Amino acid sequence: MNNIIVFPMAIPVLAGIILIFFRNNRHVQRWTSFFVMVVNACIALYLLSLIQREGIMRIDFGGWEPPFGILFVADSFSVILVLTTSIVAAVCFIYAFSSAEKNYEQTYFYSFVNFLVAGVNGSFLTGDLFNLYVCFEVMLLASYVLIAFGGKKNQLKESMKYVIINVVSSWFFLVAIAYLYGTVGTLNMAHLSERIAEAGQTPLLTVISMVFLTVFGLKAGLLLYFWLPRSYSVVPTAIAALFGGLLTKVGIYACVRVFTLFFYHEPEITHALIGIMAGLTLIGGSIGAVAYRDIRLIVTYNVVIAVGFILVGLSAGTLEALEGSIYYLVHDMIVKPLLFLIAGTMIAVTGTAKMNDMSGLIRNYPMLGWMFFVVKLSLAGIPPFSGFIGKVLVGQGAIDAGSYILLALAFISSIFVLYSLLRIFLQCFWGETIISTEDEMPMKKGWVIPCALLTAATIALGLGAESLAPYVKDAAETLINPQNYIDAVLYKD
Amino acid sequence: METLLTILTGILVAVATYLILSRNVQKVVLGTAILSHAAHLLIMTMGKGLKSGSVPILGEGPAYVDPLPQALILTSIVISFAVTALLLVIAYRTFQETGTDNLYEWRDINDE
Repeated sequence: MNNIIVFPMAIPVLAGIILIFFRNNRHVQRWTSFFVMVVNACIALYLLSLIQREGIMRIDFGGWEPPFGILFVADSFSVILVLTTSIVAAVCFIYAFSSAEKNYEQTYFYSFVNFLVAGVNGSFLTGDLFNLYVCFEVMLLASYVLIAFGGKKNQLKESMKYVIINVVSSWFFLVAIAYLYGTVGTLNMAHLSERIAEAGQTPLLTVISMVFLTVFGLKAGLLLYFWLPRSYSVVPTAIAALFGGLLTKVGIYACVRVFTLFFYHEPEITHALIGIMAGLTLIGGSIGAVAYRDIRLIVTYNVVIAVGFILVGLSAGTLEALEGSIYYLVHDMIVKPLLFLIAGTMIAVTGTAKMNDMSGLIRNYPMLGWMFFVVKLSLAGIPPFSGFIGKVLVGQGAIDAGSYILLALAFISSIFVLYSLLRIFLQCFWGETIISTEDEMPMKKGWVIPCALLTAATIALGLGAESLAPYVKDAAETLINPQNYIDAVLYKD
Repeated sequence: METLLTILTGILVAVATYLILSRNVQKVVLGTAILSHAAHLLIMTMGKGLKSGSVPILGEGPAYVDPLPQALILTSIVISFAVTALLLVIAYRTFQETGTDNLYEWRDINDE
């Protein structure tokens, strides 16, 4: 029965392979991909309710019992993220239906997005450190291809940078895994946690944890985000939305998992350093977000700010703070793609990415303008929308942990987020309308529907935070009590 | 044996770092390939009993080499092979589009 855990990774892989054979049949490609994501979302929902009843579940591949074999572990944290991933991917597919150029669809666009989602889901679900590395690589290989999609000069240049930076950070990951294996002698995540707790976190292990922090810093854009803004701003909109919603979030997930499951014994070193890095990320991201007049760059710097904010919660490390981080992570996975989609649509209808060349769009496209308004409020953390609950809980956790500077930085950065987006809103949507009704490009339904779906999701997540609460609470409790995870993996059959 | 391998790993990392920092695209790609080989050797040194151990087959001698690092290396070789192949393709495509393999000259390229 536990076999169902492997489906969120297996189904996209199989679908991706099958779609290679239907290269010229657009309808099969589109609807198979969309259907796969819907099925994944249903599986994730079912798993989530199953976990609440039966506790953390696992599947041992080939019947090799832990700690010897590779396994997938489904706890609330992983499955919430799998659910969000599936929803976001489905919505991005809808956007791609009407925006992707025909030659993209014929060059395996849908297959690669399926592989990307498979890698993301695998990273969330795996219970083995080396398997985490492999899933990361599956995701990254797909993203290398997607970032170069279209083959414009700019894209190729940025993709080269992106690939090299990721190859180097994957190398660090491999080195860190090798050191950890040499020191502790196992790679099963629960077993690692148990052994480190027994032997104590020696200075050597703390050094190894720093190597892991470097890796996840590079992948998630925590302080080491210099590669992120330019490479995310050259790709087609639907892909940029997927990247902004999923890729850095996998890095954040891995960082949270590693620093709550293995290296939680020396918080005054590791978690303090995460706090410092998160603070600097918030500052750097805020400066970037107000410094540019290119909409795409402003949007990508907003991704950086969110990374800093989520890791403030990890740095504080209390139950509330972790709950807040999880809420904010889910919120960000929904709202960032929405922001990318709206920005991409604005660029598509005006033909420019420069803020100064747009004006008065709200008269031409009122729906788009109001959705942008909602996103802006949601990202700033205004109550009825989904950003609010995460911000409150992270703030509460930071107060409990006594990290007032981080608290101040986190909330000042919200003001910068609001200011950077308000600038876009005032410049592009308000003001004199320069596109006359005859010249205006008709808004496609395929552009508005995905944006509307995600806007509805952020409102629903904000109003329905209460119904998500038991799952988030369970996820945070597993993170704060690693023993629950260890018991479920090693001592339950 | 471990000492030798560790020194070799160090040399490979030094070579790879030099290559990655160079301005020629082919050298950068070669650098990433060498970098991954360094990591593979490092994983090998982490397995215990490299010197005294025998092949990891049951019944062949009292102490055998830890087989897990070899499984890890095998997986990792496949991945680095794939990444290097893809990187070469991207590098070649970029060369075709821009007409230069000098990374410093790519900086000025902008198609907007």
